[in-house]
Amino acid sequence: MSKEITIPIGPQHPSLKEPGCFTITLDGEKVVKAVVGVGYNHRGLEKACEARTYIQDLYIIERVCGICSHTHSTAFCQAVEELAGVVIPRRAAYIRVIMAELERLHSHLLWLGIAGHEIGFDTLLMYSWRDREKVLDLLAMLGGNRVNYGINTPGGVRRDLEPQMAEDIKTVLDYIEEQNKYYIHLALSEATLAARLGGIGYLSRDDAIKYGSVGPVSRASGIPDDVRVIDQYAAYDDIPFDAITDDHCDVFGRAVVRVLEIMESIKIIRYALDNMPDSELVAKMPRRIPEGEVISRTEAPRGEDIHYIRANGTDKPDRVHVRAPSEANWHAMAHMLEGDYLADVPIIIAAIDPCYSCTDRAIVLQDSDSGKEKIWDWQGLRQYSIDFYKKRGFDASQIKVAEKKIII
Amino acid sequence: MKRKPGVITGYAMKHLFKKPATIKYPYDKLKIEPNYRGKLKYDADDCIGCNLCVRDCPTGAIKIINVGTKEDKKFECHLDLGHCIFCAQCVDSCRKGCLAFTQDIELAVMDRKNFKVKL
Amino acid sequence: MLMALFHILIFPGLLFLGVYGLIMAYLDRKIYARLQNRQGPPWFQPLADFLKLLGKETIVPELANKKAFPFLPVLALAAVTTAYLYIPLWSMSSLYPFEGDLIVILYLLTLPTLCFFLGGWYSGSVYAVLGSVRVITQLFSYEVPLFMALLTPALLANTWSLSGITQYYAAHPLYILINIPAFIVAVIACQGKLERVPFDLPEAETELAGGTFVEYGGRLYAIFKMAIDCELVVVASLIAAVFLPFYTGNPWADFGLYIVKTIVILFIFALFRTIMARIRIEQMVAFCWKYLVPLALIQLIVNLLLKGVLA
Repeated sequence: MSKEITIPIGPQHPSLKEPGCFTITLDGEKVVKAVVGVGYNHRGLEKACEARTYIQDLYIIERVCGICSHTHSTAFCQAVEELAGVVIPRRAAYIRVIMAELERLHSHLLWLGIAGHEIGFDTLLMYSWRDREKVLDLLAMLGGNRVNYGINTPGGVRRDLEPQMAEDIKTVLDYIEEQNKYYIHLALSEATLAARLGGIGYLSRDDAIKYGSVGPVSRASGIPDDVRVIDQYAAYDDIPFDAITDDHCDVFGRAVVRVLEIMESIKIIRYALDNMPDSELVAKMPRRIPEGEVISRTEAPRGEDIHYIRANGTDKPDRVHVRAPSEANWHAMAHMLEGDYLADVPIIIAAIDPCYSCTDRAIVLQDSDSGKEKIWDWQGLRQYSIDFYKKRGFDASQIKVAEKKIII
Repeated sequence: MKRKPGVITGYAMKHLFKKPATIKYPYDKLKIEPNYRGKLKYDADDCIGCNLCVRDCPTGAIKIINVGTKEDKKFECHLDLGHCIFCAQCVDSCRKGCLAFTQDIELAVMDRKNFKVKL
Repeated sequence: MLMALFHILIFPGLLFLGVYGLIMAYLDRKIYARLQNRQGPPWFQPLADFLKLLGKETIVPELANKKAFPFLPVLALAAVTTAYLYIPLWSMSSLYPFEGDLIVILYLLTLPTLCFFLGGWYSGSVYAVLGSVRVITQLFSYEVPLFMALLTPALLANTWSLSGITQYYAAHPLYILINIPAFIVAVIACQGKLERVPFDLPEAETELAGGTFVEYGGRLYAIFKMAIDCELVVVASLIAAVFLPFYTGNPWADFGLYIVKTIVILFIFALFRTIMARIRIEQMVAFCWKYLVPLALIQLIVNLLLKGVLA
């Protein structure tokens, strides 16, 4: 006898750090069907960008993602610079690279910890986050904040990298390198880690192409898809480095790609610090950006990050669109989950390093009968929720809602 | 490589004799970098009331108000700490160097009215 | 009669066990934290957690079995406390020894596990049900090696009484060395019994959001937590009594020795929790039957042969 049960992972669940809903159908402990539901966190960022000037937008764009804030602002600044026809000074490009790689270091160390936590290995979480803290301190020293560094500005960077800072960075890099070597040794020799990570969440090379995976997920399937190599930006064309790929195609492979990328990032930062040219920090930027549209790509720690801007000649953009890397990786999720155990679900989800609110852009409601698109206004949504709860025996219509004026 | 469980044992045991990496926060203070962006500082003497900071502020947290007369201008800066995101764009925008950030980051208050401060 | 009541309720019964359980929970968390290079909680943290939970509202879910749901935590705590009375603590003999009390202790220690299972099963939540299925699956894999590991020393001592075993090994301290494989098996199997990493599958926070206990809250959860803390003490005392029978003869010194022994065993438990990842249920079953059971069987054969030689 086999009885299938359906278990919801999310929207509120300890293994998910942000809301997302995975409806898992189980046969015993095996996943037979998985439905991925995202879209709980739509923040209206793109619309908000249209109402503000380019300089103000920068700080909204920086807050698209908490972990890859620098990548998003770099992509945005690159787009604006290209529209205005400005070339940033070389030193600014190098500082952008150093920040981006430090960000990659902290993001991958964060991932390593999360992966440890998801498989119940909290010791790894504590160690890798302790090391990540040192990188965050570096970022705070360079940018002025631990998370939203605010170092980018259209036309260059806002702060210089002093010689003393370069020394501090090098000291921390030595420490991280040594630690990371230990983590690589651990990943390769610890039996429980290998037992939990190996062979799960399999995504073959063909499937990775079919579902359009990006970043470490596709690189772990053997596709050398790295924007830093295939569409070089900032100062990456000057710096020698290798794109890491792996052919495990599973969660273990994704872990390997990330720990090896940490080593590669350390190499890049060292090279950039030693070969940084002296120049201005900011190029002159006009406040009004000439008409046109542009796409800009950067390599976030999670994969390819795409920004699209359409300018209309004023100081405010006409349209801003952000495609965060997690969005591209969601499509393969159901495929990766099916056939594995329930115990593997959290780590498979975590293996793409998901960023839920980066993903959520807009929701189009389709009528389930006619298939037509439907737009709901605020009152309509409120009425729907009142009816929804009335059916469940709770009358919410008397609750007073502050009719706050919404800033566009 | 031969795999066995508990590889981390020796490494973990070392930490028994080490100082913890974490601190007891309210008693031990965090290390704040000298260019950390905290609460703003305003110097009214040089301010010409160009309002560039107000124009560039992404959240509309800062306000420059003329409390003097039209001829004898005297400016005051009002900041809503609840709205401020500490991006320090106003510091960059100010041509006269009237604005600067401090390393004051412990800004929690019990009443949200107290967020509105005059700098 | 009055003395018996004192033993059951105050010392070494409920009150002492509860307090020692909280101290052990604190030490466990502190050692775990220090191994991970953290500060760890202050000394009163487990007590504060316990008192806070006691002050919370008790909610019985609509789908839960109204009678069994609140009753099970109490049963679990009662079973653990009863088991504690039959373990020799500061002398070679327990308070109420009788022939066969080892079997009774093992039975009483299985009861909390069954309570976890039933508690999850009756609470009507899909997470809890999955957790309770895991509790039972796990029970079938660690129970056999655990029983064999604890019964083989009894075989050599030729008695089914825990006090008898302790006395036998206290008289022949060298024979303890023979039981080292059984000791290893018992310690690993107890990680499963106590539902700690790497065998904490029933509560697996990241998959099942707390598993069997997901619907428990307030006072009932406090009692369950207390039962788990007490179980830790009881299991550590049991292992200390069977495998570490060192006594001086002075009751006060022996009591101090008992504390040291349990803390050493707790340290081993905490270390186990630190150094491994949680394994999957099918890996757990395979591990227990592939490695632990054969090891326990070898121990059994060795002890049988030795018994023949000695006789």
